[in-house]
Amino acid sequence: MEILVASAIGLLAACGVYLMLRARTFAVVLGLTFFSYAVNLFIFATGRLAVGVPSLVADGATSWADPLPQALVLTAIVIGLATTGFVVELALRARDQAGTDHVDGAEPGAGEREA
Amino acid sequence: MSHWIAAPILIPALAGAAMLLAGERRLGLQRALGIASCAALVLSAAIAVDSSASGVVQPYFVGDWPAPFGIVLVLDRLAALMLAVAAVIALAALAAAVAGERPWDARGRFFHPLFQLQLVGLNGAFLTGDLFNLFVFFEVLLIASYCLLLHGQGEARLRAGLHYVVVNLAASALFLVGVALLYSVTGTLNLADLALRVPRVSPADAPLVRVAALLLLVVFAVKAAAFPLYLWLPRAYATAAAPVAALFALMTKVGVYAIVRVHGVVFGPDAGEAALVAAPWLAPAALATALLGVVGALAAPSLGRMTAYLTVASVGTLLIAVSAFSTATLGAALYYLLHSSLAIATLFLVTGEIAARRGAVGDRLEQGAPVGRPVALGVLFLLSAAALVGLPPLSGFVGKVMILRSTGTLPGAALMWSVILVVGLLSLIGLMRAGSIVFWKATPATQAAPPHRRLTLVPPLALVACGAALAMFAAPVQRYTDAAARQLGDRGQYAKAILGEPKAATTRPFPAGVRTNGARP
Repeated sequence: MEILVASAIGLLAACGVYLMLRARTFAVVLGLTFFSYAVNLFIFATGRLAVGVPSLVADGATSWADPLPQALVLTAIVIGLATTGFVVELALRARDQAGTDHVDGAEPGAGEREA
Repeated sequence: MSHWIAAPILIPALAGAAMLLAGERRLGLQRALGIASCAALVLSAAIAVDSSASGVVQPYFVGDWPAPFGIVLVLDRLAALMLAVAAVIALAALAAAVAGERPWDARGRFFHPLFQLQLVGLNGAFLTGDLFNLFVFFEVLLIASYCLLLHGQGEARLRAGLHYVVVNLAASALFLVGVALLYSVTGTLNLADLALRVPRVSPADAPLVRVAALLLLVVFAVKAAAFPLYLWLPRAYATAAAPVAALFALMTKVGVYAIVRVHGVVFGPDAGEAALVAAPWLAPAALATALLGVVGALAAPSLGRMTAYLTVASVGTLLIAVSAFSTATLGAALYYLLHSSLAIATLFLVTGEIAARRGAVGDRLEQGAPVGRPVALGVLFLLSAAALVGLPPLSGFVGKVMILRSTGTLPGAALMWSVILVVGLLSLIGLMRAGSIVFWKATPATQAAPPHRRLTLVPPLALVACGAALAMFAAPVQRYTDAAARQLGDRGQYAKAILGEPKAATTRPFPAGVRTNGARP
């Protein structure tokens, strides 16, 4: 299970970084999302992987899952959702105003880019 | 436990909520609420500075949950200093945004609630006593700053905004990775608890802690705009509205603050296997930041961008002192931090005033119409530039002398000294060139200067006065910053104040069936 989770996180992170380095805003937003998935899974995994244990404390349980990473990951997901929503809106607005979805607001080689 | 410790977070939060309830059409009411909130923040920061002066570390347990289980706010000398400088700059920036012929706050929607939200994030980041809440408050101040940066719209701002947002989102993700790594090894995120546990990490787990420390360093370096992670800053700050840019001058300082708090204390000199893991990376990065910042300032096509690059250069100078991680340099660095926040904010406000009074040329460094009110603005520009560069007898001079004196005996002092002095000289040349273009190389006036109010000069003037006071009362301020640096070095007292005695048991359950690696108490 460790290998499965670890490689899933690695794959997600790799996809995220690759997409984030693209020049189009759509890919960048997808990359950010992938990367935040990877991070969320990673936080979750820092509570250690265990199967079939109570999620918090139960009577007579000898082991239980660590509740703190669950709380952390919940916060991270909420914040990630809000910021992703914001960056989507921003990307749409930028595409609307600049007429291109290039992250620099202009196609490469389309003359002066500085404001 | 005094409930007033939470006031710097609660005041802007309540004010922002009240503004939203009042509705965005009632600009007058929003302005009154905003100014009142900022004034209350100045007052509460003054109380905080005064109550921390005796050296007591005051924790505030939210909901009365005992640390390290609950959320804890901590007020110590460093936090009080940061609150004070933030409150002063926020008041001046808000006054500048409200004043003027075409006030900034009327050029877009929700300026005032966002401004307050930004202050919630800033003050929260200064007060929080645990790493995860530092992340949360970073996000609060960032989401507000994204919107403030775009305030007033415009294509240039959107373009700069996209870079800024994406870079910061990526940094936030890295922040979470660092936090999670640290939690997985130590089982706590409370800074005081971390400071006790990091030194006791087993050698097998030490590499993980070092990785976490360096990841956090990357994140804080992005916020502080240190080399090579400063590239997002110049365009974003130069395109932002002047009062917003003045407030943003504080945001780079939040990064520096976090480096001091986390890498200076948790991963500080006594942190065992992870002691001073940041220092070998931070020192060269700081030198490069200072040099590249000032080179950028020399090449800047506009006054706004020049100020933005000077922000980078000042962060570099600051980090040179921080990267030595000794009590003496930290005390000098804290003084310089106060000075440079004030000076940069002043210069941004003055730049905004100049741009508003030069007609179509704005703040671009080319020949243009003469500036309206050249004498008053010229003197303001001269004073703020001289303070920033470090000409005697202003605060920049005092700050630089303190940094030079504290780094004088360190290895590599020759390099540090030459970089700091060269950076000062080059900033002086750049600002002199900019000033002479703006004020002296004017084309004959073809039309009347744009209308303006004299009132708009008051906020930058007030900040200049604060800078002058910082220089005049340099000795007491230095005693305070030195004491703050000593307090940071005293991990035992910090932990005792927050965790109490005897120290509470571990924060996390360790399931019997699950493999946990490393030494746990």
